[in-house]
Amino acid sequence: MSIIHQASQKKVRLIFFISVVVLVSAFIISVATGYISLSPSQLGRTIFGFGTSQENLILFSFRLPRILVTILAGMGLALSGAILQSVTRNPLSDPGILGINAGAGLMVVIYVMYFSSEATSFIYVLPFFALVGGILTTIVIYLLSFKRGEGVEPTRLVLVGVGLASAINGLIFTLTARLEEEQNAFIANWIAGRIWGDDWIFVLALLPWLLILSPIIFSKAHILNILNLNENVSVGLGVKVERERRLLLLIAVSLAAVSVSVSGGIAFIGLMAPHIARNLVGPRHQSFLPIAAVLGSILLLVSDTIGRSLLDPSGIPAGIIVTIIGAPYFLYLMAKR
Amino acid sequence: MLIKNKQTDEKQIVSRPVIGLSVIILGLFVLVICLVFAISVGAAHIDFATVWNSIFHYNESGKADQVIVGIRLPRELGVVLVGAALAVSGAIMQGITRNPLAEPGLLGINAGAGFALACLLAFQAHASYIVIMFATFLGAGLGAGMVFGISSIKRGGLSPLRVILAGSAVMYLLTALADGVALVFHLTQDLSIWKIGSTSGTNWMQLRLAVPIVIIGILIAIVFSKKLTILSFGEDIAKGLGERTTLIKVVLMAVVLVLAGISVSLVGALAFVGLMVPHMVRFLVGTDYRWIIPCSAVFGSILLVLSDTAARMINAPFETPIGAVVAIIGIPFFLYLARREGRRQ
Repeated sequence: MSIIHQASQKKVRLIFFISVVVLVSAFIISVATGYISLSPSQLGRTIFGFGTSQENLILFSFRLPRILVTILAGMGLALSGAILQSVTRNPLSDPGILGINAGAGLMVVIYVMYFSSEATSFIYVLPFFALVGGILTTIVIYLLSFKRGEGVEPTRLVLVGVGLASAINGLIFTLTARLEEEQNAFIANWIAGRIWGDDWIFVLALLPWLLILSPIIFSKAHILNILNLNENVSVGLGVKVERERRLLLLIAVSLAAVSVSVSGGIAFIGLMAPHIARNLVGPRHQSFLPIAAVLGSILLLVSDTIGRSLLDPSGIPAGIIVTIIGAPYFLYLMAKR
Repeated sequence: MLIKNKQTDEKQIVSRPVIGLSVIILGLFVLVICLVFAISVGAAHIDFATVWNSIFHYNESGKADQVIVGIRLPRELGVVLVGAALAVSGAIMQGITRNPLAEPGLLGINAGAGFALACLLAFQAHASYIVIMFATFLGAGLGAGMVFGISSIKRGGLSPLRVILAGSAVMYLLTALADGVALVFHLTQDLSIWKIGSTSGTNWMQLRLAVPIVIIGILIAIVFSKKLTILSFGEDIAKGLGERTTLIKVVLMAVVLVLAGISVSLVGALAFVGLMVPHMVRFLVGTDYRWIIPCSAVFGSILLVLSDTAARMINAPFETPIGAVVAIIGIPFFLYLARREGRRQ
């Protein structure tokens, strides 16, 4: 372990407060920007219920739900990445790189192929589909990197995950080659990470997962602290390593799969947010997890806003912007180590 | 924390010339049979004798002759060429990096070529083949340069894990950039064909350019294969034996980029061929690259011709993307290697 520098409680609270302020500002800017921009005064009166019908439509039917989906998905991906990094004891872990997103994506493709014509109520089912895909992929990765007597060796886990990710992506391309043009375009956009869940239904489909899983993660923060240490230390401290690892892995996979099911395949948020948070307040999970969650939201929201304003009217998918920022950061982290 | 890779296993040169030679001769024989079979099956079935006749006694007026020589033969030759090129470049990369998982598809080379292709199409929609070839070659160099540059910054950095991780990140980055360019310039459709790999567009004009380059590339690789064998035992040993390791690496890496770039320009991004074939060959002929490289070329061609034929037959008359067929064999292979590699570290 590197030298543990631990910020004081006061500093942690201050940084958390600042990041929330940044998120709120990003939120306001994002609401105002788009194909039809809203001025601050328009925005103010629309929020308090005095907007024109057009302003109301833009804000409440299109922009607000999309932004909320973005914030929730960013949070989910950041928390998922943070857990994965601790559980695999590999600071370069990320649900996108490990193939969990790809597995979820495969199930999204299958959903689109067979159920997309059904009523919109099926939207609530989509996260479960993604979840099944994510969990199945993780089980495959886990089994392939598991060895009796040694448990799961982090290096092998990452290698297997990377390979499986490229494999599943190939499979997705093959499946989509035969689809109708419209469905094909949807999948292509999904893979590129276009936030497509821009309706209140998607907010409702995503919110319960975060509300249920986040408290569990925070209650396990001390276990994450220990798992992040050497395996022998963890065992010595009385943690049932394999069991806790599996449970936390399940939570991480669920968060990632559910998030990407509505946000599209977005990598690197789960990598960047925890790293920046750890740099700010140190490696104690109780301190950095909440900050990582807020940072994840900021990153995804800013990326989506940039993407929306770059190319009218459809925009560049958020996933592309995130990757263009995130991949160099990943390479920087690699070079530094 | 990344776990440092230490290869402690003792290595010895295992060279089996007799097996190597018979693999090449037998392989070429099998390749010809596969080719004739591949040319004969398709939307219009043509029997073997006609195939043979129209290739060696070409008659311009015959309909079958036109189909065979105009469409199927260039396609199959393209497949043979790409199979050999990818397999040889995979073998060279595995030798240089001493990384059993090295492969153009996984190390940013294909993604770099794709990015270059996207940029080229954005600025010049109807570029000639020679320009496309040059662009993919530059792009391949960009991708490989990034991966190896970044993973070798730290001392002892070229461990399989680091290279694979860097390759994965570079691949994400270049693919995202290519997608972005494609969206802005409305090229998504053109690029999606390239992403899944398509063997159907090869023509004689492309082949006239590509065949000599691939042959020269493979010949250079064979000339340097003895030095590659020495290099594959480690940089220190090679230096101790008086080899100019940097020169050898530069030449061989250039060969890899040319071969991979040509493959991408002909059929698109094909992963796993360069990974699988050298391992299969090594299993037969040992660890001497003088035999691994020519045998890989032959094996790669056979593998790709068979995959391409399967791709045409699985869901006839529609073509399944060849990348998918290769991936079906390649994925289990990669997972097996990754598991083995993880155990060794």
